[in-house]
Amino acid sequence: MRDVTIVGIGQTEVGEHWERSLRDIAVDAVLAALGDAGLEHADALYVGNMLGGALSGQQHLGALVADYAGLRGIEAATIEAACGSGGAAVRQGYLAVASGLLDSVIVCGVEKMTEETEAETAAALTMAGDAEYETIHGPSFVSLNALLMRRYMYEFGCEREDFAGFAINAHRNAVNNPNAMYRRPITAEIFGRAPMLSDPISLMDSSPNADGAAALVLVATERAHDLGHDPVRIAASAAGSDSVAIHDRRDPLFLAAAHRSAAEAYRQAGVEPKDIDLFELHDAFTILAAMSLEACGFAKKGEGVRLAKDGEIGLDGRIPISTMGGLKARGNPAGATGVYQIVEVVQQLRGQAGKNQLPDCRRGMAQNIGGTGATAITHILEAGS
Amino acid sequence: MSIMKPARAVGIVGYGAYVPRYRIAGKEISRIWTGGQGGVPVREKSVPGPDEDTATIAIEAARNALLRAAIDPALIRALWVGSESPPYAVKPTSTIVAQAIGATPDTQAADFEFACKAGTEAVEAAAGLVGSGMVNYAMAIGADTAQGRPGDALEYTAAAGGAAYIIGPREESIAYLEGSYSYVSDTPDFFRRPNQHYPRHGGRFTGEPAYFSHVLSAARHLMEELGYGPSDFAMAVFHQPNVKFPTRAAKSLGFSQEQTEAGLLANEIGNTYAGSSLLGLSAILDVAQPGDRLLVVSFGSGAGSDAFSFVATDRIEERRHRAPATQDYIDRRKEVDYGIYVRYRKKLHMH
Amino acid sequence: MRVSAHWRQRQQRLTLTGERCLKCGARVFPPRDVCPHCHEPAYEPFEFGGRGEVYSYSTVYHAPAGYQHNVPYTMALVKLEEGPIVTAQLTDVDADEVRIGMPVEMVTRKLREEGEDGLIIYGYKFRKLLQESA
Repeated sequence: MRDVTIVGIGQTEVGEHWERSLRDIAVDAVLAALGDAGLEHADALYVGNMLGGALSGQQHLGALVADYAGLRGIEAATIEAACGSGGAAVRQGYLAVASGLLDSVIVCGVEKMTEETEAETAAALTMAGDAEYETIHGPSFVSLNALLMRRYMYEFGCEREDFAGFAINAHRNAVNNPNAMYRRPITAEIFGRAPMLSDPISLMDSSPNADGAAALVLVATERAHDLGHDPVRIAASAAGSDSVAIHDRRDPLFLAAAHRSAAEAYRQAGVEPKDIDLFELHDAFTILAAMSLEACGFAKKGEGVRLAKDGEIGLDGRIPISTMGGLKARGNPAGATGVYQIVEVVQQLRGQAGKNQLPDCRRGMAQNIGGTGATAITHILEAGS
Repeated sequence: MSIMKPARAVGIVGYGAYVPRYRIAGKEISRIWTGGQGGVPVREKSVPGPDEDTATIAIEAARNALLRAAIDPALIRALWVGSESPPYAVKPTSTIVAQAIGATPDTQAADFEFACKAGTEAVEAAAGLVGSGMVNYAMAIGADTAQGRPGDALEYTAAAGGAAYIIGPREESIAYLEGSYSYVSDTPDFFRRPNQHYPRHGGRFTGEPAYFSHVLSAARHLMEELGYGPSDFAMAVFHQPNVKFPTRAAKSLGFSQEQTEAGLLANEIGNTYAGSSLLGLSAILDVAQPGDRLLVVSFGSGAGSDAFSFVATDRIEERRHRAPATQDYIDRRKEVDYGIYVRYRKKLHMH
Repeated sequence: MRVSAHWRQRQQRLTLTGERCLKCGARVFPPRDVCPHCHEPAYEPFEFGGRGEVYSYSTVYHAPAGYQHNVPYTMALVKLEEGPIVTAQLTDVDADEVRIGMPVEMVTRKLREEGEDGLIIYGYKFRKLLQESA
């Protein structure tokens, strides 16, 4: 097993790219990452994508993006794990290099969610759930998460307003991220007034669908020195799964896959939660942010919301999250999100986070979740190599 | 002509009702169409919810019948749904119901059509199948989600509901069949061509030449052949497209208000078409005493009437509480306005 | 239309048929042939009674394509009497009447229609107990 380092990152702005197609934005991100790494070639390309088939009629993105990025001929494949596709692709890239079988790998997460009507897009997103026993009954993906939020509120005695801190923090941080989709801060009042999507989840609890692509170049750490570019090493890479359907989970309010992958990541890196300087968690919904903090050992069960209420998740807090806006304000291009999370941790560790720069930032964690918690991929990155 | 009696004595082994929860007031319909002027034929009618149709109504009625009969559903060897609003024009509602209640695969199934008497036509056939000894149990269901043409007189009454009857051996029944008689002619009082959304009807022609001619002929003939007068019956139910028609028919035959009030539901739920007389029957079975003789006379446009004489047995008191009463469904109501009603009934045509 | 996929589900959808584990007695829904509790094979069909209570619920205001005709509708996680939790819509109940813990019973309703000329898909939904609704 070899140590793996990230030597290049690239990302498009997250938003509505009417003029750019799925392959166009993927190529933009891939070329940016290669440029950042100072490389023109790689041994393989893994593409993380969830909705290409459903919304663009396009699967087989590995070969397509490789070709259009000028890399025709290299090994390429698409990795899919619903909204965890990006993280899963990073994991595949890591495994390829760590195994010693490949020397350099490009990982690209790409998603285009503006091709179809909102109702059709919502229908496509429900494919993250259990088709035979969840989706057929008509839940939107939002409503599945709402079922978790309502039960959480019931069991732990909290109110909707208790979740506001997650959204407020994310929007505040996105102001300084030029690639973020929404760059205006919000207040508790705006949060409180937000229309319901599927109660108790409101527009302000929910991350926006968007177009976007982000990419990384991974090489063996021993080679990173030659490239001399602010390398960031992957100290841990771990993935876990849980039942797809919420109703099959042992404890619906516990993200078992997130817990399992985080525990393994801590073990690999030889660290504990207190050693993590920032956590790019999967804040697709405020409830998932709370539950992620609990699953990864930053709060006890039912206490996740307290971290938001007490300001512990801000840039100056005990455990900064969504430091560049998170899924909530940077945006959530489903299959690409997991790679954006890694890109943002790398920016922090390299000192490239601009006004959102965390001082003395050595170690960051990124966790990408698929569906309502059925897949979780956790990476811990460390500055330097 | 003799009345019909099966070779083997048969009766109702289980029965069940279902009426949807939503109601629209007659006054609300007239508010839209007549500026609130004029009377209304019923106070309110039932409206099926957006996730209901004749199949779902039939399934719940069938389940209630099974609860009362307490037999293994696999023993039901025929299941027939009579309706003029089946969810598919081709693909029987009956197989969906049979699958849902566990009667498949050893069963026959088909949909019956004879406007509002499709359900009682199925009861006749079930009596014949059981009475011949071919099977021990057969289920007949009358159910509809009738569509009223907006602004038409029938819009005030076209409603939704259904009832199911398991016919079986007399020794197991809660009410046995004394005899039945059907009176039919080719009378086009009300009809619908394929691919037309709403039916056409002959206005006042639906009265004397249609409803009254067939209902009264069938009732009189049955009673005469059985040697009964109105006083021999504890209760009587007539097809109820509104309140006036069954009231007038009852009066013509010499029945009192006391004999018909338990089974007269039209003012509260409207005309449930193929469910109409069968829901009236379920309502009187809910209150009948052992030994009570019950007259049921249906009417279906096209046209015809089926008349039955049932006698309640000792078993009725113990079995009727096993499932919700007809009145439980009638009492369960949520009023909607004309806009919601139009949405639920999919009357909006998107241009 | 995925006719075969829907047809395969008829027992689950129309009669809430799952499995019973002969080893540990657990009732399993949906059926999955391996008992999730003791991991022994579980093939014995078991028809659930349909009674349960609301474990969680949420009213959907923005529906995915194919379900917009019914908006607003309430989704729920229903804990069946026999143990398993199922995902289903609630029906015949106003959104503001719903409470966690509310007893419910299974009814068969239309889940969706595949357009004007396609399949009608029937399945389980849950409503407040009828006896308490009158």
